[in-house]
Amino acid sequence: MVAHDRESCRELLGALSDYIDGELEARLCQEIEQHLAECQDCQILVDTLRKTIRLYQRERPEALPQAVEERLRQALASVHASATSRPE
Amino acid sequence: MATAARRDEQELIAALQSSDSAIAAAACAELVQIYSPRIYRMALKLMGTPEEAEEVLQETFISACQHIGQFAGRSALGTWLYRIGTNVGLMRLRRRRPEAISIDAPMETDDREVLPQQLVEWRWQPEEIVLSQELRQALDQAVAQLPETLRAAFILRDIEGLSTAETAEALGISVTATKVRLHRARLQLRESLSRYFAAAEGTHGRA
Repeated sequence: MVAHDRESCRELLGALSDYIDGELEARLCQEIEQHLAECQDCQILVDTLRKTIRLYQRERPEALPQAVEERLRQALASVHASATSRPE
Repeated sequence: MATAARRDEQELIAALQSSDSAIAAAACAELVQIYSPRIYRMALKLMGTPEEAEEVLQETFISACQHIGQFAGRSALGTWLYRIGTNVGLMRLRRRRPEAISIDAPMETDDREVLPQQLVEWRWQPEEIVLSQELRQALDQAVAQLPETLRAAFILRDIEGLSTAETAEALGISVTATKVRLHRARLQLRESLSRYFAAAEGTHGRA
């Protein structure tokens, strides 16, 4: 494993999420791409960061269990009932 | 399409704010129908257990239906609900371990930007690999290990798919602060998962 502590890598580290999200200004994007072309560690870093996000996005969302939804509706109904029966 | 959705939302808000309690109750039921799966999913990731996720879900919708009069329409209804839900969840998480807050070092110790340690290639695409039970557990565990403020930012932005501005709105912090939290969360998760994959490869490679 290579120690990833070069000054140039560190300088760019904070901007990588913006870069991945396409929220970075063009000039800085270019700077990062130039750096990536010659730094394998940073290539791996960007690639594994992207894959981290995509892994979580791939997880099938948990469905809301019907019993949970039913209890939520009951809780709301009782709140409404107590609100309407209470004199203003 | 977007305009129609926008109009529907305006109508729903008007109904929620109606002084006619029957109309308000029906609108509240509609609110549950549309948003409860998302809020539950968010709460489950944030809290880690179905029991606590359900409590957060109930508290969120009760609070939303009670305070809909205060909803000024500056953000989308969904973002507003995420904001309530995140607040409820984070408050519970902080109450859960008061001793950790008083004894432990301040937050900066664990929500700092970590310098990447694990720099090994992942030679696969996330879309191609099998999401085994074991991998799902590893994903959940990595999220659970994040400091709660980073966790909330990651869940809203990367799992729930809110924009950076909406995430900032839901967290009640600036866009800049949101980006910092999101970045730190992603770096920490990447680090945890790298360790997991390295260990898994070692085991499976030898088998």
